[in-house]
Amino acid sequence: MRKVTNLIFEKSVIGRKGYQLPELDTPALSANTIFPAKLLREQAAELPEVSEVDAVRHFTELSKRNYGVDQGFYPLGSCTMKYNPKIDEDLARLKGFADSHPYQPEELSQGSLELMYRLDSILAEITGMARMSLVPAAGAHGELAGVMAIKAYHRSRGDHKRRKFIVPDSAHGTNPATAAAAGYETVEVKSDERGGVDVAELKQLMGDDIAGLMLTNPNTLGLFELNIVDIAAMVHDCGGLLYYDGANANAILGITRPGDMGFDVVHLNLHKTFATPHGGGGPGAGPIGVKERLVPFLPCPTVEFDGEKYFLDYARPQSIGRIKNFYGHFAALIRAYAYILSMGAAGLRHVSDTAVLNANYMLHHLKTRYDLPYDRICMHEFVLSGTKQKQQGASTLDIAKRLLDYGFHPPTVYFPLTVKEAIMIEPVESEPKETLDSFIDAMLKIADEVESNPALVRSAPQTTVVGRLDEVKAVRQPVLRHVFK
Amino acid sequence: MHRYIPNTEAERKDMLATLGMQDMEELFADIPDKVRLRRPLKIPKSHSELELTAHMTALANNNLGARNYTCFLGAGAYDHYIPSVINHMLLRQEFFTAYTPYQPEISQGTLQAIFEFQTMICELTGLDVANASVYDGATALAEAAIMACNATRRNEIIVADSVHPENRAVLRTYSDTRDMVIKTVPHKRGQLDIELLQAAISMNTAAVVVQSPNFFGIAEDIRAAADTTHAVGALLITSVDPLSLGVLKSPGEQGADIAVGDGQALGVPLSYGGPYVGFMSATQKLLRHMPGRIVGATTDIEGNRAFVLTMQTREQHIRREKATSNICTNNALIALATAIYMTVMGKVGLKEVAEQCLSKSHYAYGELLKTGHFEPAFDHTFFKEFVVKSKVPLQDLNRKLLRHNILGGYDLGQDYPELKNHWFLAVTEKRTKAEIDNLVAKVVE
Repeated sequence: MRKVTNLIFEKSVIGRKGYQLPELDTPALSANTIFPAKLLREQAAELPEVSEVDAVRHFTELSKRNYGVDQGFYPLGSCTMKYNPKIDEDLARLKGFADSHPYQPEELSQGSLELMYRLDSILAEITGMARMSLVPAAGAHGELAGVMAIKAYHRSRGDHKRRKFIVPDSAHGTNPATAAAAGYETVEVKSDERGGVDVAELKQLMGDDIAGLMLTNPNTLGLFELNIVDIAAMVHDCGGLLYYDGANANAILGITRPGDMGFDVVHLNLHKTFATPHGGGGPGAGPIGVKERLVPFLPCPTVEFDGEKYFLDYARPQSIGRIKNFYGHFAALIRAYAYILSMGAAGLRHVSDTAVLNANYMLHHLKTRYDLPYDRICMHEFVLSGTKQKQQGASTLDIAKRLLDYGFHPPTVYFPLTVKEAIMIEPVESEPKETLDSFIDAMLKIADEVESNPALVRSAPQTTVVGRLDEVKAVRQPVLRHVFK
Repeated sequence: MHRYIPNTEAERKDMLATLGMQDMEELFADIPDKVRLRRPLKIPKSHSELELTAHMTALANNNLGARNYTCFLGAGAYDHYIPSVINHMLLRQEFFTAYTPYQPEISQGTLQAIFEFQTMICELTGLDVANASVYDGATALAEAAIMACNATRRNEIIVADSVHPENRAVLRTYSDTRDMVIKTVPHKRGQLDIELLQAAISMNTAAVVVQSPNFFGIAEDIRAAADTTHAVGALLITSVDPLSLGVLKSPGEQGADIAVGDGQALGVPLSYGGPYVGFMSATQKLLRHMPGRIVGATTDIEGNRAFVLTMQTREQHIRREKATSNICTNNALIALATAIYMTVMGKVGLKEVAEQCLSKSHYAYGELLKTGHFEPAFDHTFFKEFVVKSKVPLQDLNRKLLRHNILGGYDLGQDYPELKNHWFLAVTEKRTKAEIDNLVAKVVE
């Protein structure tokens, strides 16, 4: 199974060409007639020299060394690896969208602006918020914009004493990183014995130095925050605001809304809940929604409608300002909008119902062999612990690698940090029962293997194009680019 | 039933029965009744594929952009040639439906492609290390400024006002979250004035930010800026058009410490502003301050070469509040698009594209000046974009051109009050002589 693929640079042959431009039909100018010698490049960048066929073969070969959702089950917890509809790819590539210049006059962009305006109000309805900003490029970018809006809100009220942001110990790493990036001191609140926020501890932390609380609900354990109403009241009572990390929104569509739970700001990951592709690490899109009192602080620009035409609104004096170029990841917005229209209200509700049912079904079968730290009804995902298996001789990492041999993408592992040997499974709604069953079978078989032959599990994966990697070497002797001889 | 959700009602009932439940509602028992939504969402009804396509096509047809217009508009987003190969490769589901490559054994495709991308960015920019991408050129610049503040333990950023106004605006927003002070140095005849830079810079300066070619299309003297910057122990950040590096000396060779830019020119559709991709490279000693993913080469247990996400102690999922940035998902698929572009165009092609841009833009510049309707604004050391001062109001001019299906230049007066009626045009390799001649003819008409 093992097979190394040469780098494109190693396939380069001097003189090969993969392109052809029309012959230059204006007088040819040489760069040295325009720029002084000191600004001129003397040696060309060592880009590959390959034919078009070579390039196609290379990237096709690379693609075969990957694993995508169309191939099979991808139960990565907190990542919502659902099916990415094919039609959405076609629609995002429609000429009228793809060839639009961001600075073309608004009268030429009415279709794009209308799409954004509609998506804004649809997402606001889904989250229970007053308005959205579609600009943020990804979840973490939305978090930053949202926390900055909270900061701007406090500041606008002359309230400068709020220096702390509270983040649960089970939160995604982006939450504390975002609060810190926005200039806040982060304060961690522990989880209680049921896997939720420890309300007693939270109460202790409350004060007029608290700017807000960042929360994922359902949380990273896949559990709904039982005390959410009290938590929201507690934070609001001390003058703080609540930020909703929407990474887990696939559990709540049409069932409950962050706005109704008491959250003031929310971000959504369109590349999770709304089926836009992850692309091997982006581009995503992370729109944020806010309650009425925070609308003035949303990033610039927003899309508005004056009754006749749609336009980009920059006249927002209290806005936190621009957070990226142009208006957001427009092509991702197209896909999310198309997905939502495909589903409709009943369809979205059906998404969450099914995602939650699928997760509970798997949990029911897997908790027979794996430890379950919090035995509750889960939402769209759940977290097991591989502690028992670790004692038997194979760690969670070993189990994850063994799943590769069974043809599955492993779950998220070692997260959340609050669970030892964590195995976080999110089956999503787009998986049929037989896939769930075969994954359950594989997990149960691996549990058997750990008992009878842990060395086998530790030596996985056997079937992949490369074996386990030496990650320590990668850090100690960093090779971060190809070096030309 | 919905076409994207396989399980039937009967299967769902079976599964519920396995759980000892009769009703889906039992699954939501943990949600307080007070926060339950007891009505359907008020959103449009479910669309079949045919209805959806009709609706979306109608919206797309309401846009009348580059599809029908000859584009002379640039200013950070360009109508360059995009080889067909790119889209075909991006549509391989193994690339576009994959997640971040956390499981390297089944993600070697993405990982190797990023490693190749990092190598190409290092080669183009003449610097030692590159990351796997950030969101766009503007956030790349803002992240670079943060990086410089952390590396120098200083907090002042000096930025040339010839840097893209949007990029400066984003930098301003990011600076507001920390104690970062932004000072702007005005241009002199369209270029960074070294004397003004010297006057502004101090021992508090963490970095100087220069764009080249700048927002007037003109190549800056990066070496001079670097020398001034390094004299006070600060870092030079350069924002570059990657295509220009087919002919222009790399930032690294001219003393820049960090290079950033937007990869849109490298085979990425305009798409009304995104997604594009930000790239970022730096000197070796800044590696530990870099944000985002970085891919490294290593070996597997059998000694085979393999690739993996590395240097992760910089990142949010490990370091949490102490991370170099909060970035997680970046723009990997667009980085892949640019890597395919750089592969297909290659060493020779990138230079040829750059030279065609240069030749065509200078041709257009000369022809426009000949009409007598314009005056030169700055000197002529521009790459693919240039500024001319119009004798007629730009609004009227651009409006007239639209009637002739021409998307005219950017009005610099929007951002620079002193540059009223200064017209900023981009001429890429895609524009033909006939299109340029037509522009000139319609201008005088």
